[in-house]
Amino acid sequence: MHPDDARRWMMENKPRGLVDKRMNMSEAVAKFTRDGDYFAMGGFGHVRFSMAGIYEMIRQRRKSLCMAAKTGVHDVDVLVASGLVDRVECAYAFGHELRGLSPAGRRRVESGQVKVVGEISNAGFQWRFKAAAMGLPWMPARVMLGTDTLRYSSSKVAEDPWTGLPITLLPACYPDFVFIHVHRCDRYGNCQIDGITIEDVDLARAAKRLIVTTEKMIDEEEVRAHPDRTVIPHFSVDAVVEVPYGSHPGNMPGLYYSDEEHMAEWLRLSRSDEGVEEYLDRYVRGVKEFSEYIELVGGEEKMMYLRRLEHLEVPLDAPWARRG
Amino acid sequence: MEYNTTELMACVASRVLEDGKSVFVGTGLPIIATMLAQRLHAPELLIVFEAGGLGPKLPTIPISVGDSRTFYKSVMAASMDYVMGMAQQGLVDYGFLGAAQIDKYGNLNTTVIGDYGSPKVRLPGSGGANDVGSLCTRTIILMRHDRLRFMNKLDFLTTPGYLTGPGAREEAGLPADTGPYRVITQLGVMGFDEETKEMRLLSVHPGVTREQVQENTSFKLHMQGEIAVTDEPTPEELRLLREEIDPAGIVIGR
Repeated sequence: MHPDDARRWMMENKPRGLVDKRMNMSEAVAKFTRDGDYFAMGGFGHVRFSMAGIYEMIRQRRKSLCMAAKTGVHDVDVLVASGLVDRVECAYAFGHELRGLSPAGRRRVESGQVKVVGEISNAGFQWRFKAAAMGLPWMPARVMLGTDTLRYSSSKVAEDPWTGLPITLLPACYPDFVFIHVHRCDRYGNCQIDGITIEDVDLARAAKRLIVTTEKMIDEEEVRAHPDRTVIPHFSVDAVVEVPYGSHPGNMPGLYYSDEEHMAEWLRLSRSDEGVEEYLDRYVRGVKEFSEYIELVGGEEKMMYLRRLEHLEVPLDAPWARRG
Repeated sequence: MEYNTTELMACVASRVLEDGKSVFVGTGLPIIATMLAQRLHAPELLIVFEAGGLGPKLPTIPISVGDSRTFYKSVMAASMDYVMGMAQQGLVDYGFLGAAQIDKYGNLNTTVIGDYGSPKVRLPGSGGANDVGSLCTRTIILMRHDRLRFMNKLDFLTTPGYLTGPGAREEAGLPADTGPYRVITQLGVMGFDEETKEMRLLSVHPGVTREQVQENTSFKLHMQGEIAVTDEPTPEELRLLREEIDPAGIVIGR
């Protein structure tokens, strides 16, 4: 994207004043996501990510999406399995970290139903968002040099005019839309995140349209009392949706750990297309909104257990790790 | 004391790590090895996670390199921008890597098995691996050892080792004096020849012969001179692994 076109987009679309952006999930998805869009999910694939946003996109049957799998884990897996995403730009996808590989993601990509349109590294994606956040056409970096990862990426190698060294130029990346799940935010979109911010500070600024889902709404006064806690300011944000437990079955630092029982169920069911349909019918299409889904997976009792697990008060039981 | 190869690999990897240095850690075996090193000889080892966790006191094995355990009682909850920048600045001494394929220069493949356009197996891709292999001063590779994995030509070069040999990393623009340092498998420990940058056998695990290591390697391994036998896990190392670090046996098995 030409940096002047990007400037114009920001100038014309991002309100600098305080505007109440609260809406429900279905409005936010209808308004700010489109078929064919290139998008990214904040957080880390199954940590502080907007599962609520993913489920709603499935309910609204978004299609032909291209995902920036900037460490895609459960997010890209569910989106690829459900057929919404047919192209992936891949730093990390088709895997579930310690849980192993993703049966659904791999099946779709190995059968050609999903195309990988480019490779990149994690730092590569991070710094592409940083270039966009700074309004620059590209960011130089010393990664990917000499590898096939670079050859299959959108980056180029140039000569550093000072040292003469080859250097990677990572093109700025402006996703059409981005979901970021946060701990707290006010009605205007001033957001607080507890713990690591991963790529979200730059990603929020790179997004053309940003939907924030939040565990909790807070007052503007609370934001202004602790302005150092604001990591995403209101003018980057297009929609604010309050969704308690919105990162389930993923981890939400400080609030709840990942639900490994549910993850194991997904990993088991997603071994077949029929299983994926069964999962989606039960947990996504079969419910109207996220709070209904939370009831379905165990409600307050389960959430309390995940809270205790997060605080190390009970030992982790990971069904996918059981042998024999 | 009886032990399995995963436990042995964890112990060998942990002994490579030095106190007062920093290490970029991935999920699974690297975390186990790092937690062990911190409990034994390297209490001041700075742990760096790619999602931003810096200097945590890991209470249990994280499931994700970005989950809340990775910044439990940490000195800083940073960002990927921050920690990758640290590595690019030269502040990360060691980095762990795994792979489906490796060649004699320590180049790694975690992207596809087979043809890129129609892969037999699609793997997760680089993730942070290319960044670790590009930017950390010394990388430690943990993987299974067989002829299909230790191969002459990779299906895809995801992460740089010494690329095509001496000087190739620098020529490509990668930071000087960086690259693969150890390869630890179920058969032995490999390093890289100073002159040729080709892989060489440093030690065989108890009960393994150097011939067995070569039989499981498609390229010619340097193995001149005395080859040591890897020290077995000590009872204290095994106790820590089994009782404190991975009591559920998620990584080391049970």
